[in-house]
Amino acid sequence: MTSAEQTAERVHAALANLAAGDGPAPRDGTLTLEVSRGSLHAVLERLKEQAGFETITMVTCVDHLGGRRSEPRFEVVHQLLSIEHRDRVRVKTRVASDDASVPTCTDLWPGASFMEREAYDMFGVTFEGHPNLARLLMPEEYGHHPLRKDFPHQGIEPDRLYKEWDRERRARAAREQAGGSVR
Amino acid sequence: MTRTFEYSPDAEAAALHDDPVHGELMELNIGPQHPATHGVLRLKVDLDGETMRNVEPVVGYLHRGKEKTCESLGWAKFFPHTDRLDYVQPLMNNVGYALALERLAGIEVPRRGQEIRVLLMEISRIAAHLIYLGTTAIDLGAVTMFFNTFKEREKIYGILDAYTGHRMNNTYVRIGGVFADVDERVEGMLREFLESFRREIDGFEAVLTGNRIWYDRNKGVGTITRADALAWALTGPNLRGSGEPHDLRKAEPYSGYEDYEFEVPVGTVGDCYDRYLVRVEEMRQSVRIASQALDRLEDSRGLDVLVEDRRYVLPPKHKVHTSMEELIFQFKIVTDLCLPRGEAYHGIESSKGELGFYVVSDGSSTPVRCHIRAPGLYNVQAIPLLAEGRLLSDMVAIIGSLDFVMGEVDR
Repeated sequence: MTSAEQTAERVHAALANLAAGDGPAPRDGTLTLEVSRGSLHAVLERLKEQAGFETITMVTCVDHLGGRRSEPRFEVVHQLLSIEHRDRVRVKTRVASDDASVPTCTDLWPGASFMEREAYDMFGVTFEGHPNLARLLMPEEYGHHPLRKDFPHQGIEPDRLYKEWDRERRARAAREQAGGSVR
Repeated sequence: MTRTFEYSPDAEAAALHDDPVHGELMELNIGPQHPATHGVLRLKVDLDGETMRNVEPVVGYLHRGKEKTCESLGWAKFFPHTDRLDYVQPLMNNVGYALALERLAGIEVPRRGQEIRVLLMEISRIAAHLIYLGTTAIDLGAVTMFFNTFKEREKIYGILDAYTGHRMNNTYVRIGGVFADVDERVEGMLREFLESFRREIDGFEAVLTGNRIWYDRNKGVGTITRADALAWALTGPNLRGSGEPHDLRKAEPYSGYEDYEFEVPVGTVGDCYDRYLVRVEEMRQSVRIASQALDRLEDSRGLDVLVEDRRYVLPPKHKVHTSMEELIFQFKIVTDLCLPRGEAYHGIESSKGELGFYVVSDGSSTPVRCHIRAPGLYNVQAIPLLAEGRLLSDMVAIIGSLDFVMGEVDR
C-alpha cells in the first residue's frame, strides 16, 4: 500500500489549481477532500485521468440533520480506488436540503449509476445528468426518502396497503353475503 | 434452404436479419420469482426473436432497510443483521463489519482472534463458492454438481454448528475478536474436511472443466474487458476473471493476510468460463490459507481471542457474577456501547467482491450512518452489459457466473 504522503502528493499534483481543501483526517487515514458542488465533477475527472483512480467504490450520502455541524445538511461522499497505486481517496460535497443536487459521475464511471440511484432513493439528493435517475430499492410511487434523519424508524403509513386490501376483502364478503354464496 | 450446424457469428447475424420473426420487440419479465435468478431479482428483457436487445435489472424486492435499522439499533446490536446480508457467508459479513468498527475505535485484535477470523473467512468463502458452483451448474443442466457441492457445504455447516452452535447466521464475531475459542475437536474436524475437500475440488473439475456442454454454455459468453469491469465497479472474482489481479487480501491486507502464502488466480478474456475457473482455483487457495491458519492455531493455543478493552468488549461471565466493577462494565456495554466521533471505511475481499462498511459516528451509541457497500449490487448492475445482444438462454449462465445474493443486493 502506498504511504499516505505519496497519495496526498499525487492527488494534489493532479488537482493543481482546482480549489479542493483537505477535510479533517478521518480515523481510517484515507485522504479526504472537501470540494464545492461546482468543482466536484472537475475534481473527479482529474482524479480519474491524472491521479490514476480507475474505479469508484462508493457514492453515498450522510444526513447531518441534528448533528454538530448541521448546515449544509447533506454530505455526498464519493470514494475512489486506485488499483495501480493501491490507495483510496474520499471526496465530500456538502449541499443544502432546499437545493440538494450534485453533478453525476456516470459519464466517468458508468458503474456509479446504481450508487447514485440509491443515494437519490434514500436521501432525495438528485444527480444532474444521470441518464435514468429512478428509485433503486423503494417502489417508484413511494413518496419518501427513508434514510433521512427526519424519517421515522418505524416507517410512514406502514399498513396502508394492508388496510386497502382489508377494505376490499370486507366489501367482497358483504357483497357475497347479500347475493348468496357465489361459486 | 440448407443449414449447416457449424456456428459462426456472421451466419447467425445474417439469419437473424432474414428471419421474419425479428423486428418486433417482445417484453419478457424474468423473475422476481424465478429459480434461475437466484433470489428475488426481476429482469425486464426486450426480446428480438431469441436475442436480448435491452435488459433492465429491477432490484429492491428484498429491501429490509438494514442501514436504517443500524441507525436505530446501535453499533453492537447490528451484528446479527450483517449475517442476513449475504446469507451464504454470514461470518464473512460479521468480520467485515467488525473490522470497520475496530478501525473507527482503533482496536487491535489479538493474534489468535485474527487467526480464527481468517479461518472462518476462508471456510465461508469455500461455502459461498460451492453455492455458486452448485446453483450455476444445476441451472445449466448439470444436476449432479448441485448434490455434490451441497454435500460438501453441508459438512462445512456441520463444523460451524459444532463451533458456533448454529448452521447458518452464526453471529460469532465481536468487536475486538471472536466470541469464543475453537477447541481441538473442531480443529480436527476442519483438518479432516480440508484434506478430503482437496480431492473433491478435483472431482468438481473432472465433471465440469472439460465437459463439452459446460464449455459451450460458458466459453465466450458474458465477456467483459478489464477496462469495462473497472468502469462498472466490478470487484472480486468478476474483476479477476477479466485479468486484473486485484485482491484486497493482497492490496490492503487485514487480519494478518500478509503473512499467509496464497496465489491470486486471474482469467484471460473475462467470460463466464474464466470466472468459473477463477472461483474453482480460489477454493483451492482458500484450502491453503485455512490449513495455514490451522497450523498457526496450534502454536497460539491458550492465547486470548478477544481484546481486553472494557469500553467495547463484554467481560467474561464468571467475572460479572463476582465483581461489581465488571458488572457495571457489562451493563454499560449492553445498554450503550459508544464509538468515538469520526468516520471509517473498511473493505474486505468477500466471495462476491469488495464488501465495505462505511461508518460515521458522532460519539454516541447509535451510528449517524452505516453504509454497506455490497458487491452483489454492482454485479447485478453489469448484467445488461454482458447480456445485451446475446441469446436468451445465455442469461442463465451470465446470472450464475456473476454470482450475487439478493439479501446483500437489496439490504
